[in-house]
Amino acid sequence: MAAVKFEQAMARLEAIVGELENGDLPLDESLKIFEEGIRLSKNCLKVLEEAERKVEVLVQDKNGKKQLRAFSLDDDDVDAASLES
Amino acid sequence: MSNLRAPASGHLYCTLKDESSQIRAVLFRTTGTRLRFALEDGLHVVARGRVTVYEPRGEYQIILDYVEPKGRGALQVAFEQLRTRLAEEGLFDEERKRPLPELPRTVGLVTSLSGAVIRDMLTVLHRRCPTLHIIIVPVQVQGEGSAEQIAAAIQLLSESGWVEVMIVGRGGGSLEDLWSFNEEVVVRAIAASRVPVVSAVGHETDVTLADFAADLRAPTPSAAAEAVAPVLAQIVSRLAELSARLQQVIGRRMEEERQRLRLSTHRIAAVRVRVQEEMQRVDATVFEMTAAVRLVLQAGQSRLVRAEQGLMSGSPDSRVRHGLAVVPQLVARLHHGVRGGMLSRVQRIESCLAHLHALSPLATLRRGYSVLQRIPTGLVVRAVDEVRVGEDLQARLVDGRLLCAVKAVIRDASV
Repeated sequence: MAAVKFEQAMARLEAIVGELENGDLPLDESLKIFEEGIRLSKNCLKVLEEAERKVEVLVQDKNGKKQLRAFSLDDDDVDAASLES
Repeated sequence: MSNLRAPASGHLYCTLKDESSQIRAVLFRTTGTRLRFALEDGLHVVARGRVTVYEPRGEYQIILDYVEPKGRGALQVAFEQLRTRLAEEGLFDEERKRPLPELPRTVGLVTSLSGAVIRDMLTVLHRRCPTLHIIIVPVQVQGEGSAEQIAAAIQLLSESGWVEVMIVGRGGGSLEDLWSFNEEVVVRAIAASRVPVVSAVGHETDVTLADFAADLRAPTPSAAAEAVAPVLAQIVSRLAELSARLQQVIGRRMEEERQRLRLSTHRIAAVRVRVQEEMQRVDATVFEMTAAVRLVLQAGQSRLVRAEQGLMSGSPDSRVRHGLAVVPQLVARLHHGVRGGMLSRVQRIESCLAHLHALSPLATLRRGYSVLQRIPTGLVVRAVDEVRVGEDLQARLVDGRLLCAVKAVIRDASV
């Protein structure tokens, strides 16, 4: 969901910069979309900054309940361990 | 294989024949479900079974317990049959393919936890996008029940809403090893997924039905990871570039507008001066026009007055009155004229006489002048050249005449 919004925001930002660079818009319109562009670029930056590196694996506990667990590549035996826990 | 019939019982009936012979064949349901491919009329098969007699008709028949397509492997036939069927259903249509998200924050992996594949994919994903959130659903990728596991994992990821895109795949292997990715359940699960699916099965040369159904077919698991994960650094720099351009363009625009405003202000000032000038000119013109109109008016008025006067004086009434006034004047002038005329005539006679008297040679002679005349003509001599020496002339004085002889002619040099 956030990614869709991010892409839309980037696309809109791109369109705004293009439109402003064309210079066809009246000044008040330009200022309006400029402010929108600033808002979008801040939001996009925030999305990028907030993104978090995480690797999870879906495991099934004894009761057959599925849940996500942190996963590490260093954990060589993770396959069996996770599935059994 | 010909004359194939499949009644509701699930058993299959057909006739096996070659150029010279034929025999009825039965494939019971339990055996039939174990076949990887579907039987078809016209299929060349190698079959094994028991020969029995179907007593009601008194015919030999063969009860099949193994059937294999002749020439091609059973798996290959099954592959082609399923591909045709699912393609006819539209599962592999190009229009179904969805674009991958540009910047996914979460990626699902449906694969085995053992082996190098998972390691390669994680490495590539995080190298390109260090902030990626990855959710792995571990599955068996080959063997009994693996297709069902794979399909369930795809469905789970699709429905969980955890991920924006998923990679379904495994490393290289034999056709048998990769077979789960040709199974209908897997293909349908991929086609039904709510998020885009990237397939990455085996090596580049391995093609599975999962590949046909996927939104993107990657030649290898590493390539799938590359296709899914954007290079974060590029996105960050693109965002930075867009922000910079945004600031730049608005700055430039503001400077342009300021310039335009300055220019407009100058032009307005110039216009104001011109307006003032024009106002002056208008005023002057109005003055001139007023004066001119006044002149015309005055001229018209005086012409009117004159015309009125003319009209008045020309009226018969005034002319009669004028005429009546003139009569006594004329009478008076007549009297005066007669009287005056007489008087002036007497005066004129007197003055003529006086004039005459003044011009009379007698008066001149009285003043001491004399007149020299020729004899006998009496012509007056006016110049010395008219006479010669010795000639006789007479000189008239006031009281008589002298007879003279010319002794010399002396010309006056000054005349």
